[in-house]
Amino acid sequence: MSEISAPTTSTLKIPQAPDKLQHPMTDFLRTERLPHIWCSTCGIGTVITAFIAGLQKSGLDRNKVSVVSGIGCSGRAAGYLRLDSFHSTHGRAVPFATGLALGNPELKVVVISGDGDIAAIGGNHFIHAARRNMNLTIICINNFNYAMTGGQAGPTTPEEANASTAPFGAYEFPFNLPYLAESSGAVYVARWTALHIRRTTKSIAEALLKPGFSFIEVVSPCPTLYARRNRLGSGLDLMRFYHNSAKIQHGADTRDIDIDYQKEIVVGKFIDKEKPDFYTNRDQFLSKKLGDKYIPYRGPNGH
Amino acid sequence: MKADPIGVATGSHYIDGDHACAEGAIAAGCRFLAGYPITPSTEVAERMAERFPKVGGMFIQMEDELASMAAVVGAAWAGPKSMTVTSGPGFSLMMENLGLAIMMETPCVVVNVQRGGPSTGLPTLTGQADMMQARWGSHGDYEIIAISPNSPQECFDLTVKAFNLSEKYRVPVLFMMDECVGHMTEKVVIPEADKIDIVPRNFYKGKKEDYRPYKFNGDNSVGPMIKAGDGYNIHITGLTHDERGYPVINADAQDKNVNHLVDKIIKNEEDIRMIETDQIDDAEVIVISYGITSRVALKAVQDARAAGMKVGIMRLITVWPFPEKLIKKLSSKVKAFIVPEINLGQVSIEVERCAAGKATTIGVPHAGGWVHDPNDILKAIKKGVK
Repeated sequence: MSEISAPTTSTLKIPQAPDKLQHPMTDFLRTERLPHIWCSTCGIGTVITAFIAGLQKSGLDRNKVSVVSGIGCSGRAAGYLRLDSFHSTHGRAVPFATGLALGNPELKVVVISGDGDIAAIGGNHFIHAARRNMNLTIICINNFNYAMTGGQAGPTTPEEANASTAPFGAYEFPFNLPYLAESSGAVYVARWTALHIRRTTKSIAEALLKPGFSFIEVVSPCPTLYARRNRLGSGLDLMRFYHNSAKIQHGADTRDIDIDYQKEIVVGKFIDKEKPDFYTNRDQFLSKKLGDKYIPYRGPNGH
Repeated sequence: MKADPIGVATGSHYIDGDHACAEGAIAAGCRFLAGYPITPSTEVAERMAERFPKVGGMFIQMEDELASMAAVVGAAWAGPKSMTVTSGPGFSLMMENLGLAIMMETPCVVVNVQRGGPSTGLPTLTGQADMMQARWGSHGDYEIIAISPNSPQECFDLTVKAFNLSEKYRVPVLFMMDECVGHMTEKVVIPEADKIDIVPRNFYKGKKEDYRPYKFNGDNSVGPMIKAGDGYNIHITGLTHDERGYPVINADAQDKNVNHLVDKIIKNEEDIRMIETDQIDDAEVIVISYGITSRVALKAVQDARAAGMKVGIMRLITVWPFPEKLIKKLSSKVKAFIVPEINLGQVSIEVERCAAGKATTIGVPHAGGWVHDPNDILKAIKKGVK
């Protein structure tokens, strides 16, 4: 944590211990809303830590960063971050974020949401935002199930894994999210687990600075539902599992990185390529076509 | 505030209602449209796609209407005046995030050029059967503003008003056109920019620590907004929330939040109300109509007057919130209300409820696909005056 400098933009009035005892991330959290709703040893908090660290590392102006979440456990992320934060409807975090990003091109808009929100009910929005190379960073916390509603099977539940709506084990083929993101047009694609805090942080910082559509999947323990139903032990046991089973393979072919039940998890940065982002592409195209007649969208201060 | 001249196509035009609606939106200062093609509303989106790059606007065609409405709400919180446009099937998909806009108290305009339903129904032919969906379509309790124009000129004028009302009350305004008005071509006069009144967004400018995105103090007014990027670090949610915008999941918070959403509209009904009446002072029967049907009803009323019947006309320009007090008052003065509409009885049920048995309510239903025969309305008037 030594690389994280103390926040300089604090305007908070939080009753607290002397400054020297303050956690360096306190300023980025809505501490008046704590304690949070997440279970002990859930991985979402770890991802939030990595996100704040990544944001600090990126050097972006926090006041120009907005976070949008959908619905579910991960959907509550927006509510704890002291940034402009929006808690939208189930599956619609990506199109809501698209509107926000287009409405003010000065903003860096980040979606933090779960696998069900992004890949099931929001799947269509996800692939179209990637196709457009929309200026968004998507952090998908994949815990393999719908945890908020009690552990139902979802679009990433591995075959054989037990879930409350797959009481005999799941038999559908799950999404391989990095492959989906890459084939839809994402310019930055990475996958980590909640164990890989430094690497997740680094990826988040890189993604935040990457124009266009960036996607980071973070495989994360759900000790209360997924792990318990499948007798996988505690959150700590799952961390041990990640430690033993995650294989770092940067640049891996995303077609080959399906996640099978309790098997090897290939992690790494898979894609980091150049392609004009939505804003730049639109601006260049319309100025070429319309010449002097083109008036670029000036953002909210234009009107 | 007056309109920004850059968006105002001042002059006389011969255009249809859809195009006039697009011009009204641009004149009102709308600079963001997210939409999805659907007959008979597509021309609004097409005109915006062509006009926006020349007036500094942002047009995006989304992957569906769920996304369109979500993007409109997101964009509105980034600052620009935002809208979407659709017809019945798309309107159904928008109900989810229309609820989000209502809960987040987000100003925006949703245009529905109505066609025949249910389901795919009559894509190219007219209907007015989404009026109750406009009122009740999204889940939960809320009140909404719905405006129904009856000419291309009104598609321009009232679209401007729709944006103004949405800013004033921080509520989505539903612009309930119908296929006839949308595709009817008439003369539309667009005034000079300095003749067009615009309500700008009320942005908060005070201290960060004092800002509250919501105001639930019971005075039925709305507080100022901020936009993302201004440094206020707001939190906005579709969950039941307190004045800070923070989720609070209990009955007390729900009571404050939802009653505010309802009261800010209902208690201001007379301020929002736009109604046209003619010859109602001595009327025994009043024909109540809206949209294209009001133009057909006019012919029936003229014929009835010529035949010596004491009949007046009331046109609902704002259909929601419903002019409950006014109808209640009139119901003790008249024998009957005649309610022709291109559905099988939606607004007529509301009239009947307000009349509460003091006056008879006679609906003139039409399943859609075409406008009424004025003679059918005349027959109902004859029945009413007996």
